[in-house]
Amino acid sequence: MFTKFFEWYEKRHDYARDWLDKNDGEVVGCFCSYVPEEIIYASGNLPVRMLGSHEPQDVTEPHIFGMFCPFCRDVLAQGLKGRYDYMKGIVIAQSCLHLRQTYTSWKNHVPEDFSYYIYMPNKVQTEHAYTYYATELAKFKKAIEEWTGQPISDEKLREAAELHNENRRLMREIYELRQATDPPLTGLEAMVMVASSFFIDKKDHNAELKRILPELKSRTLDRETGGRLMIVGSENDDTEFIKMVEGVGATVVVDDHCTGSRYFWNEIKFNGNIVQDITNRYIDRPPCPTKDWEERTRFPHILKLAQDYKVDGVILIQQKFCDPHECDMVPLKEYLNGNDFPTLFLEFDVTVPVGQIRIRIEAFLEMLGVEELF
Amino acid sequence: MNEYKTEPLKSWKKAKELRQKYYEDYQNAHAKGGIRWTGGAWSFDAIPAGLGNDVYNITGEPYGASIAFDKKLSMECLEAAEAKGWARDLCSYMRNYWGSMYLNKYAFGGEYPQPDFCFQDHICCSHAKWYQHVAEYKKIPYFCIDVSVGPYKDLDEDRLMFVVNQMHESIEWLEKVTGRKYQDELLIEAVKNEMRSTSVWAEICYLNMNKPAPLDEKTMYSLYVHGTLAKHNKEIADFYEELRDEVKYRVDNNIAAIPDEKCRLMSDTQPPWGFLKVFRYLEKFGAISVGSLYTFGLIGIWENKPDGTWGPRTTPMQKGENITTRDQALRLLADWNLCKPEWQHFYDPNLKTEMMLQIVKQWKLDGVMLHLNRGCEGLSCGIMENRLGIAEAGVPVMTFEGNMGDEREFDEKRTVTRIDSFMETLGYDMQEETAKTA
Ligand code: SF4
Ligand code: SF4
Repeated sequence: MFTKFFEWYEKRHDYARDWLDKNDGEVVGCFCSYVPEEIIYASGNLPVRMLGSHEPQDVTEPHIFGMFCPFCRDVLAQGLKGRYDYMKGIVIAQSCLHLRQTYTSWKNHVPEDFSYYIYMPNKVQTEHAYTYYATELAKFKKAIEEWTGQPISDEKLREAAELHNENRRLMREIYELRQATDPPLTGLEAMVMVASSFFIDKKDHNAELKRILPELKSRTLDRETGGRLMIVGSENDDTEFIKMVEGVGATVVVDDHCTGSRYFWNEIKFNGNIVQDITNRYIDRPPCPTKDWEERTRFPHILKLAQDYKVDGVILIQQKFCDPHECDMVPLKEYLNGNDFPTLFLEFDVTVPVGQIRIRIEAFLEMLGVEELF
Repeated sequence: MNEYKTEPLKSWKKAKELRQKYYEDYQNAHAKGGIRWTGGAWSFDAIPAGLGNDVYNITGEPYGASIAFDKKLSMECLEAAEAKGWARDLCSYMRNYWGSMYLNKYAFGGEYPQPDFCFQDHICCSHAKWYQHVAEYKKIPYFCIDVSVGPYKDLDEDRLMFVVNQMHESIEWLEKVTGRKYQDELLIEAVKNEMRSTSVWAEICYLNMNKPAPLDEKTMYSLYVHGTLAKHNKEIADFYEELRDEVKYRVDNNIAAIPDEKCRLMSDTQPPWGFLKVFRYLEKFGAISVGSLYTFGLIGIWENKPDGTWGPRTTPMQKGENITTRDQALRLLADWNLCKPEWQHFYDPNLKTEMMLQIVKQWKLDGVMLHLNRGCEGLSCGIMENRLGIAEAGVPVMTFEGNMGDEREFDEKRTVTRIDSFMETLGYDMQEETAKTA
């Protein structure tokens, strides 16, 4: 049922080239899920979030010092190896220092027509963030307009916002099906569904989501659900990892990742000024740890997900060297444990095989007492 | 044979006393009914100064560096942080600081003094998170100002106002959490002092253009630190003026930092604090590090002069501007800080490369040593691009790996070997007498 999403995920570059053949616009690479895709889409271009390829590589050594996360190096490698040679623009909205380096190195060494760094506030917990970020998004909109030579009307923005909202709503509806005792989709399917949404024209993605949704509601998987797990942490589109976890007697039923639920959890609310409406949505998102201060607003959000999805335990994963997540891991673990959710912490390197982690997952499941199901 | 005369720095004693007093004042603040707060070295310390004359702060980075300098204490602190589960690759100042807090050990004797609140600003990924944890652990209130609004060259009214608005918000917050009435005259005074300290420090670094350089990098570390402790403080601003006069005297009288300066270098980012002797090692080659973007530009505030050179930024007071209101003081304070050289490369490594090349040219340097500092992701951000950019400009550049605050990640032998071969490529031999004893 999820074949199309898998195909898109695997053949993201073919899809983009094909899109370019059929459309007037260009492909614009986004380095972070904070980039307001709606604005790019409304300009007639295709926003595509750049992820890594999970292959070991040695092309980034001269550009990014080894103490920065493997994900940011993996993404840069894609650019340096020319995998996105069809792309014409790049955009980053301020997130972590690690990814900023990917963006700046890309800008220095991979030729692009258009590049833009959006100074998204890191402090989202101040009312001033709303007004300030709206001015930044207005500047970004203007820059794109200048690049394309086409004004972006409010109507176009609203259409794009609605299309993106629909995508968010549909994916959330599908996520909610995972609250069932026996979820009708695996964690792997959910992961690939969300990750493919980064690369695919939302029109196509929505059509596919709408096609599978009714069937999905009555779908029964020919596998035991086993231990219900949640995954929380940094960027994660590691399909091999999730396959392995789900292969040893568990199902991932929910997550808190920027490549997962955080990407689509909240929608744009329409209040009249469309740039402000888009702004508000990004400020109000379930935050990345680097934007979650002074209060820790993501903790109660994560707890609620764990409760709603009735998880048995939480896997806390983190890219090696990912400072924002490292700064949350210790208190998050205490918080979840204090709320009766057992946790397993795993340090991750997207470019290293997951084999050696299996044994720890098995031990965790055993501890959760779910192994007797098998 | 020694080419230049050298003599100890007269201000040295005062520098030591001031530093000692700073840590004691903080420790004793409560006994005198005063306020104690903690935050980063980059925080807007002039703002809490408006709460009264009995407000004392401790800044985390220099405190973490002081711990790192004491290798035994540092190991205890780092291990205490690791025992809590924190990753070893996190900011080593932060881990040293947290360790001291967990162990309840103040690096200057006694218990970790309980702060009343945390006041920080955020530009690297660790800044806000550091004191988020301190505030939780110590159950104290916390305010943090986001300054990551882009590089100074792109600053506009909206970006400036995002920072200024948060500053206003922070004053309301300070009044609320301390129950004190805020005094604008004290803020204005503190802002003026900060501008004076940081512009005068840039002047001191500027004087190091002289050949022979009056100061070497190791000495500069002991002096720049005051600006990272309390740049808003009158005593510090006065001290920097005294120091500037002394450095000027040294320049006028050809008093050098090292007796046989032949080769002039610069380094980068924080040094491995437990191994400052690396800078002394350079002297064996007649080489001197005259500073770095870090020593010049972490607290020094600079501007481009009409002739295209880099010089100390003219203060509003020097321009005859009268600061009379809170809003005016905050606007000036935000603008002043946003041009800090060390903040620029958080957005684009090319900006750092340009600044470093400017220093190379203006200070007439022979080469650059880049510290690939595993202890600070903030200042190491984009560092490999700096290496490429500096090399492309035809300037000799070497890298050495280390950690400013975790000695387990510094390989002294390897670094020394790298320095040897770098000096060799630059065409400098170890001084004859030194070579005989080496
Ligand atoms: S949050 Fe972590 S994983 Fe994500 S980009 Fe930043 S450093 Fe990399
Ligand atoms: S990582 Fe570097 S810039 Fe960030 S808080 Fe630590 S010392 Fe400061």
